[in-house]
Amino acid sequence: MASVFAYAPAPESRSIVDIAPSYGLFIDGEFTDAADGKVFKTVSPSSEEVLSEIAQAGEADVDRAVKAARKAFEKWSALPGSERAKYLFRIARIIQERSRELAVLETLDNGKPIRETRDADLPLVAAHFFYYAGWADKLDHAGYGANPRPLGVAGQVIPWNFPLLMLAWKIAPALATGNTVVLKPAETTPLSALFFADICRQAGLPKGVVNILPGYGDAGAALVAHPDVNKVAFTGSTAVGKEIARTVAGTRKKVTLELGGKGANIVFDDAPIDQAVEGIVNGIFFNQGQVCCAGSRLLVQESIHDELLDSLKRRLSTLRLGDPLDKNTDIGAINSEEQLSRITSLVERGEAEGAERWSPACDLPESGYWFAPTLFTNVTQAHTVARDEIFGPVLSVLTFRTPDEAVAKANNTPYGLSAGIWTEKGSRILAVANKLRAGVVWSNTFNKFDPTSPFGGYKESGFGREGGRHGLEAYLDV
Amino acid sequence: MKNSADHLFPDRPPPPIPPHGVYSRYARRYARLVTMPTNAPAAAHALKDVAASDSTLRRFLHGLPGVDAVGLEARAASLGTRSIKTTAKAYAIDLAISMVDLTTLEGADTPGKVRALGAKAVRPDPTDRSTPSTAAVCVYPDMVATAKEAVAGSSVKVASVATAFPAGRAALSVKLADVRDAVAAGADEIDMVIDRGAFLAGNYMKVYDEITAVKEACGTTARLKVIFETGELSTYDNIRRASWLGMLAGADFIKTSTGKVAVNATPANTLLMLEAVRDFRAQTGIQVGVKPAGGIRTSKDAVKFLVLVNETAGEDWLDNHWFRFGASSLLNDLLMQRQKLATGRYSGPDYVTVD
Repeated sequence: MASVFAYAPAPESRSIVDIAPSYGLFIDGEFTDAADGKVFKTVSPSSEEVLSEIAQAGEADVDRAVKAARKAFEKWSALPGSERAKYLFRIARIIQERSRELAVLETLDNGKPIRETRDADLPLVAAHFFYYAGWADKLDHAGYGANPRPLGVAGQVIPWNFPLLMLAWKIAPALATGNTVVLKPAETTPLSALFFADICRQAGLPKGVVNILPGYGDAGAALVAHPDVNKVAFTGSTAVGKEIARTVAGTRKKVTLELGGKGANIVFDDAPIDQAVEGIVNGIFFNQGQVCCAGSRLLVQESIHDELLDSLKRRLSTLRLGDPLDKNTDIGAINSEEQLSRITSLVERGEAEGAERWSPACDLPESGYWFAPTLFTNVTQAHTVARDEIFGPVLSVLTFRTPDEAVAKANNTPYGLSAGIWTEKGSRILAVANKLRAGVVWSNTFNKFDPTSPFGGYKESGFGREGGRHGLEAYLDV
Repeated sequence: MKNSADHLFPDRPPPPIPPHGVYSRYARRYARLVTMPTNAPAAAHALKDVAASDSTLRRFLHGLPGVDAVGLEARAASLGTRSIKTTAKAYAIDLAISMVDLTTLEGADTPGKVRALGAKAVRPDPTDRSTPSTAAVCVYPDMVATAKEAVAGSSVKVASVATAFPAGRAALSVKLADVRDAVAAGADEIDMVIDRGAFLAGNYMKVYDEITAVKEACGTTARLKVIFETGELSTYDNIRRASWLGMLAGADFIKTSTGKVAVNATPANTLLMLEAVRDFRAQTGIQVGVKPAGGIRTSKDAVKFLVLVNETAGEDWLDNHWFRFGASSLLNDLLMQRQKLATGRYSGPDYVTVD
């Protein structure tokens, strides 16, 4: 936005974070090399700068980590809940103390704006540990009977879109309930998990309770398939989720899967328009749209379509895309070249199928992986961009005429993770929310998260719930 | 009409009037209530007829889209996290100084006090002549003549509160006499208060008529600022309705508050009013100014408000003809920040003038 009031660059200093040139696997409380000595590089998606060289876990390392976790399980699970809580509270406090460092690190490794890591990711990460720390000595009262038992070793595989937050969602409930953990972060964003390993040491967490194995899909597959893993938790794509479900079928492993989505954001004609526009923007452009619960389908009542689209386009023109470390940046970089090419090819397909593409005037930086905020209008249920998860800053706009049609269209997807309802009429919110087949329904807001609230999907968006009291069940033998 | 901010934008063309019809929903919704054809060349005509009767006015105001309080406040807070540094900060501070309506509204105001204020408005920082003048001084009607003398020969306007400020509880004839007095004494701008009692009782037509009467009393020379006392209207829906009511009745500026109640200007209520002027211009082609007043004391706050203007109404409002701060202590903080930017050191309250 060329303006008379142009904001001068206001970059957050990266000197607060000290990234080592190389990192090992975190097994049994120690950083070690991979058994086969393999390494891979992690780059900053906004500049393609190599940040560090990371040991790449293989099958042998997975076995070693699971053994360490198994060994630690006996003592860890025997601790009184109040003792486990102390460790979790300590971890939560250290995260708060180091939050600026972790926010900068996450922004460097992931590409998302510092505004989000600082104001959303890190506060939520700490809150999640605080919340489950509180549960550790109250499991008797969680509604799963007296003295519910942990499962054992949890094998956890997390995605790159919220690296530290997804780690928190997985590790906090697992430790609170007395399980031990082997976690594999995504190959494009291993750094914050390795910093978390350091936090575990800082907090004096017993060795082997948390093991971190950076690596690729093969390490994740080995972890999921390992015979001594009692619980598998996965967040990521539906295709991989199905693979995991096949792998664990016929075993006694407990599984939770949090997979893709194609969330419908439904705007009725009596919605608070200005706030709805903010909610739509937050729904699809938060984290460059790389959010499984993104509101990627805008369902707008036909009678306000033109007005809403005008407002939305005007608002998109004020989004600031650029250096993720700049405190005034709204839209950061796409996480990887691979993801960028996936977004690009789906958007090209949308255009080829006849949907109308629009983006605000916006200069993309020369290096790094970038995609301008994009709107598709004239989209129908038959378009690929209305059906496939794009996982990028791309919004498909569809219209409806009546509440029934809105519900039918919103539910007409193999996914069922999230949905949004915008109306000033409370009775309509309740009526529509009850008919939506989605795990999370937001009303007059979008992408709001809280550790006390369960999160999870219907249909191909997965099963099991994370967060809240419900999130305990996934880690208890009940 | 522009004054002391001119040096900030030497070659600025007058703001463009956008094509109308962005908010054509209102026009569609109220087409049946008014006699204008729906393809009226300027929706302003249609909107004028909105006030044809008590019931059309009421239906229009109650038909405006609702405001979600949580969402509005979240948006205002998120814009408050913008980080304005170096050159942007220098620009914002000078712009903010040029937008101040330097105000004294005390029972104890004397000619001496008003003269001191006038001198400060003309030359806020006697040690640095590159400091812009403020937009106006704002005084009670009986001090207008004194204020005019104090700012004579400068670009600084004289604004006067009127209409039985701040309560507004007086007969219309008294209020109009108050306005005429101030205008006759040379006031360039009149800051009126609306009858909040009538508004809250749902008597919108009474409020509308009062504003149009005051507007008439202002004549062609004085610009009219309409104060809603948002702290007393209490809900955001009311503030949005009041904003549209004021603009329909001919306000040149809509203003949050008197500064005399507990809750005055907030980022959220100012954001809401900025949305209203933006939408009103989109529909009618008429641009209306916004003036948050009361409670803005620091440069940091002022810069946040300018960010709201920039990212909501847009840069056409970044001019003291269209945006003002009603404030008194704000100016000294702006001056101290300005000195800090120039010298790299914080000075202190003894290095700016006490007025």
